[in-house]
Amino acid sequence: MITFDAVTKRYADGTVAVDNLSLEAPTGEITVFVGPSGCGKTTSLRMINRMIDATEGRILLDGDPVQDIDPPKLRRGIGYVIQQAGLFPHKKIVDNVATVPLLLGWDRGKARSRAMELLERVGLDPAMGERYPFQLSGGQQQRVGVARALAADPPVLLMDEPFSAVDPIVRTSLQDELLRLQAELNKTIVFVTHDIDEAIKLGDRVAVLRVGGRLAQLADPKTLLSEPADDFVREFLGHDRGIRRLQFVGTDGLRLRTDLTVPAGFSGGSPEPWVLAVSDDGRPVGWLRGDGGGEPEPYGTFRPGRDSMRSALDAALLSPSGCAVAVGEDGKVVGVATREVLDAALAEAADG
Amino acid sequence: MSWLSDFFGDPANWSGPDGIPARLLEHLEFSALALALAMLVAIPLGLLIGHTGRGGVVVVISANLARALPTLGLLVLFVLLLGTASILPVIIPLVLLAIPPILVNTFEGIRGVDPELRDAAYGMGLTGGQVLGRVLVPVALPLILLGLRLSAIQVVATTTVAAYTGLGGLGRFVIDGFATKDYASVVGGSVLIVLFALAVQLVFTLLQRTTVSPGVSRRVKVRQVASGRETT
Ligand SMILES: Nc1ncnc2c1ncn2[C@@H]1O[C@H](COP(=O)(O)OP(=O)(O)OP(=O)(O)O)[C@@H](O)[C@H]1O
Ligand SMILES: [Mg+2]
Repeated sequence: MITFDAVTKRYADGTVAVDNLSLEAPTGEITVFVGPSGCGKTTSLRMINRMIDATEGRILLDGDPVQDIDPPKLRRGIGYVIQQAGLFPHKKIVDNVATVPLLLGWDRGKARSRAMELLERVGLDPAMGERYPFQLSGGQQQRVGVARALAADPPVLLMDEPFSAVDPIVRTSLQDELLRLQAELNKTIVFVTHDIDEAIKLGDRVAVLRVGGRLAQLADPKTLLSEPADDFVREFLGHDRGIRRLQFVGTDGLRLRTDLTVPAGFSGGSPEPWVLAVSDDGRPVGWLRGDGGGEPEPYGTFRPGRDSMRSALDAALLSPSGCAVAVGEDGKVVGVATREVLDAALAEAADG
Repeated sequence: MSWLSDFFGDPANWSGPDGIPARLLEHLEFSALALALAMLVAIPLGLLIGHTGRGGVVVVISANLARALPTLGLLVLFVLLLGTASILPVIIPLVLLAIPPILVNTFEGIRGVDPELRDAAYGMGLTGGQVLGRVLVPVALPLILLGLRLSAIQVVATTTVAAYTGLGGLGRFVIDGFATKDYASVVGGSVLIVLFALAVQLVFTLLQRTTVSPGVSRRVKVRQVASGRETT
């Protein structure tokens, strides 16, 4: 666990970057620092590994003040990932990843095989280990940055806007990869971003900071969205806070209708305005008009129980019928969530 | 052309204290000694100042001042002061000449390394010395070598002129040749000087190739690039 105990950072020019910050980043969880530019996120993060020393207060790592630990020793036990990856251009990828293990005195062979294993872990072809950083794309370099930070298996990982310099598609896959890794590794992660969507997606807990380095709110994403502490947080969360909240509303309680499916060869005669054509092996084909006219229309699916209300609503909006198709793990139709059912669920979510 | 064959064909030119091998060795000795002494001063100083970031202005100003010194005048001055009993009066000006390019380029090379990279190195737990030795120097190496090469070329050229003072080196063929109207010696000496300068260039090119990481020079064997392309 990382504990900020009344930490203040005043720079030489008098700027107060962090003001009396107290919070905890629990072991095995992702704590996100989010806030507008200049609010002191980077400063707060860098005080943990003493890249910056706090002016007042203490930061504790599992109860030990970091001030008492020699910086190089402290940092070798903390993974650190920065925006531009910061790979060593003169070293091959595998040697970049092996940096900290070698500093810790591992033998070369062991460090290298560990590095290869990590490249695979972060979704890179181990053959890339033989390349130099300039031969990798930005997204690949960022993955190497993550692999390098994990190389010596540190319990703590500090990440400063690690995915903000890559395009949105790559960013999404890097975020998914991080969540997948975290599910396996259970690191104590402090993650800095100015992107509230990223914060909500990744954080077990989100600390919203306001300019001047003061903590505005510390909460899990769901609470943050439903109960913002003040106008600053509300404004920072943005206009579509309501929609985002649906991400945290489950779909397991939705009442599904199973009488709206018809075989693919359906030729009309249903009293319903829309029916779902299903193939012989149980997969959705498309929406058909109840009178059998026209071609199958597009549909959207969600996995009840696993996907959120946001996904269910998204699926409903994709089809002319306004209904979302519920599918099982195998992709087979298990039922249909009608507009009325979704409406009722939304009304309930808005109350709660 | 006959001057060339006269000069290089004459067996008398290949032996003795004023033969080609002896003069070549003298030239090499003066140049290498001056360069080595200059490196001993300029590289550690450049590394220190570039790494700590303190004293940079002083370096640039004094280097520019030193660059403005007329080396030949300095050479004559030292010979007048110290005589020609030792090689000191030649070596001192040569060292003074060789220091600025090495110092400035080493300093600029280290200082110019991307701050993010320096930051990442410290962030992973490298000590100050490790950051310098394992990251900054390898990345700044092309510039450091450039400084060395510039110095070497100047030193080699100036060593030629140093023959004026009555000391040895390849310049003697040219200067003595003019004095005695032995034009074969003038032409032959000039050719040797050019070849020597080319050899110095070659040495530094080889040094650059072998010491600078392909990741820094961005020059990578074709095989590696080709084999990795499909995963890009
Ligand atoms: N070395 C420094 N000297 C003086 N002031 C600084 C220094 N570094 C940061 N600051 C100031 O401290 C405040 C917080 O900076 P910090 O880098 O922590 O912000 P941030 O939240 O990470 O911002 P961003 O999202 O833009 O990265 C800013 O006002 C910044 O100008
Ligand atoms: Mg920042």
